[in-house]
Amino acid sequence: MDNIINLLNAAVAAGTPLLLGTLGEILTEKSGNLNLGVEGMMFMGAVSGLAGGLAAEQWLGGAGVMAAVGALLISFLAGALGALIYSFLTITLRANQNVTGLTLTIFGTGFGNFFGEILGQRSATGFAQVTQGTQAMFQPIHFGALSDIPILGKLLFSYNWIVYFSVALAILMAWFFKKSRTGLNLRAVGEDPATADAAGINVTRYKYLATIVGGGICGIGGMYMCMVTCNGIWVHGCVSGYGWLAVALVIFATWNPARAILCGIIFGGLTVLRMYFPIKGLATQFYDMVPYIVTIVVLVITSIRQSREHSQPKSCGNNYFREER
Amino acid sequence: MENTKTNAVEMKNVTKTFGSVVANHDVNLTLRTGEILALLGENGSGKTTLMNMLSGIYFPDHGEIYIHGKEVSIRSPKDAFALGIGMIHQHFKLVDVLTAAENIVLGLPGGATINRKLLSQKIRDISQKYGFDIDPDKKIYQMSVSEKQTVEIIKVLYRGAGILILDEPTAVLTPQETEKLFRVLRAMKDDNKAIIIITHKLHEVLSVSDRVAILRKGEYIDTVETGKATQQSLTEMMVGHSVSLSIDRPEGIPKKDCLKVHSLTCINSDGVKKLDQVSFDAFGGEILGVAGIAGSGQKELCEALTGLYPVKGGSILFHNEVDGHLVDENLVGKSPDEIIKKGISMAFVPEDRLGMGLVASLDMVDNIMLKNYRQNSGPFVDRETPKKTAERLIEELQIVTPGVHTPIRRLSGGNVQKVLLGREIECSPQLLIVAYPARGLDINSSYTVYDLLNQQKKKGVAVIFIGEDLDVLLEISDRLLVLCGGQVSGIVDPRTTSKEEIGLMMVHVGDQNKENQANLQKERKEAATHE
Repeated sequence: MDNIINLLNAAVAAGTPLLLGTLGEILTEKSGNLNLGVEGMMFMGAVSGLAGGLAAEQWLGGAGVMAAVGALLISFLAGALGALIYSFLTITLRANQNVTGLTLTIFGTGFGNFFGEILGQRSATGFAQVTQGTQAMFQPIHFGALSDIPILGKLLFSYNWIVYFSVALAILMAWFFKKSRTGLNLRAVGEDPATADAAGINVTRYKYLATIVGGGICGIGGMYMCMVTCNGIWVHGCVSGYGWLAVALVIFATWNPARAILCGIIFGGLTVLRMYFPIKGLATQFYDMVPYIVTIVVLVITSIRQSREHSQPKSCGNNYFREER
Repeated sequence: MENTKTNAVEMKNVTKTFGSVVANHDVNLTLRTGEILALLGENGSGKTTLMNMLSGIYFPDHGEIYIHGKEVSIRSPKDAFALGIGMIHQHFKLVDVLTAAENIVLGLPGGATINRKLLSQKIRDISQKYGFDIDPDKKIYQMSVSEKQTVEIIKVLYRGAGILILDEPTAVLTPQETEKLFRVLRAMKDDNKAIIIITHKLHEVLSVSDRVAILRKGEYIDTVETGKATQQSLTEMMVGHSVSLSIDRPEGIPKKDCLKVHSLTCINSDGVKKLDQVSFDAFGGEILGVAGIAGSGQKELCEALTGLYPVKGGSILFHNEVDGHLVDENLVGKSPDEIIKKGISMAFVPEDRLGMGLVASLDMVDNIMLKNYRQNSGPFVDRETPKKTAERLIEELQIVTPGVHTPIRRLSGGNVQKVLLGREIECSPQLLIVAYPARGLDINSSYTVYDLLNQQKKKGVAVIFIGEDLDVLLEISDRLLVLCGGQVSGIVDPRTTSKEEIGLMMVHVGDQNKENQANLQKERKEAATHE
């Protein structure tokens, strides 16, 4: 029993970067852009988040809240910068979305590892690391009595702030798509840009904004990998495929931000399964494979089940050009 | 009302050119408030271009546009909206996965959230006022074409349009739906809205409009009172010379066995019976018309005959010569390729011309090659023969195209249809299946198509003509098969049957027919045992 609760707790913590990546990509795809550069944007967010934290420590007076805010903002901007490059290429120059996204992944991965190494070389210890004060900012929050409730406390009130931030973001995004006027317009842009254009919606602006904000959210996901999963130390290749999992999770979540929370937890659980339910003799490599195998299975199942409403926005992957007939 | 005195729209000497092509030349048009004006013209006569200038899609080269007496310049669809001009395009601009209400409110300014209750109420109010029938919460992809059109009209009305432009609104509707649309248009007219309806169907012009404006080859011809016009007079103004409006039906051509369909049953992927015990004969030297409400199994019938649709039961016997013997070959279960390889030549002109019939981005030569490239021996294809065929078709069928190497999608609807028909006829088939061959075509092109079909009939080809215009079906076919919900509700002689009787058969399978079908099957069985 304890094992299960511990697993669930760890699953939420491990699933949060997946959730953030998924949310970012859902927002992007809702505008009709298929950005395969999630992995790259997460890498950019990871290294920039770390750099932002370090910079805040150095210039804004020490560790703590300022460093955490700095990490959050800078990682968002870095992810957004990656998405801006993508947007300019695909929306303005109408480059192929798949190729541009893949290129962004390669670029972002290189960007992250390159600057991660530089940060390490420039620090006295030989590796880039935030101070303990900042590390503490990314530890689970203790809500006093609430966190001490048996089972429930562990399941609900023992996470770091980004976890709560992500869940809130997912719910906000679900509301945005379902209820808000802007969300409706955005969905129209992703489904049928020509129709949206004729209805007086500025397609280009919507695409740019959704893609850039989506990229920023992916960037925060990358920052989580660096600050929480890796404890504020730069680890070479720290994002390691989470971006790709996020792209697949968008399909699993059927483009529904609220469902993405659940998907994030399931896949987070799969990545940490080994620690809680070890089977003797089973190679750890097998456990490492599990999330990817499940991804394949999920993709197969979701492609068999055909639904008009819970499927990819129709114009996703195609660039919009008004004068084309 | 002061508006009734001024003209809603006045266009003076409007000219628009695209490169060297003059789409509109010094066109004058007046639309009064509270009237329905029909804009009549053949394909390519510049009707849509003219209207696009009103709705802000194009900007005129010169000329003036006055709305309610004031000179305006309309530079974008937004400007047009602001002036109260709404256009309902031929291809609906709706988002499939959204509801009717969501589509209607799309892109409008307003608060952060949408008050759905109020929105639905407003839509219901508009619907009630003009007699629409719509569920605001229904998703577009679940709607029929006619419902989608209703959403488009409400969308325009919701935005407060007083001037409505409908681009060929009836092209996709059944006669009943068309009548419903016309009732709505009349209600809107009584509400002092100004309406322009673009069409080339003459009987519709006569039944719904108050005045008719005629364009021919980009030139403005005249505006006449509908009451003083006849089909004949309008046609002459539209085409520029007198045309015979009756369709030829050559009689006395010897019939020969070609196709026997027996108890054909097809079930779609959802388990719904799309064809139910369909039995009929098609003879060489005759045109068998197929009538029915859209979606009564026409598409499935065509595709089952050509091997594209899985057949659940029944047989399709094709009378053919094999090794010097005449035999009835069953085509059920054979792939289209096998059917072609067996030497059975069957031409199929699908309803979706650019989807199933031709490859839009390929040129004429390549499209012709699609049908016969397998005949080439060796690794290389022969482009010379199809090129010559293409050139001959252009000449024979008067296809208007810049050249054989122009992508098909750049051609107008009528010319695309001619290319497709021409290619199918080229392989001298024994059976020719055409689905809605005149859909979206103007009078001249339609008659060219009918002539082509009659020529094939005279050659002894069995023609199956799936159509929607009952007037045409009654005039051209030798026998008329009526489909209703996937069943054959009767095969009648069009010379002695009225439109109303067929209309009834389209919605109802009578008992008498079931008897007929049973008799036909009995006869068949007897004939089989005799052999």
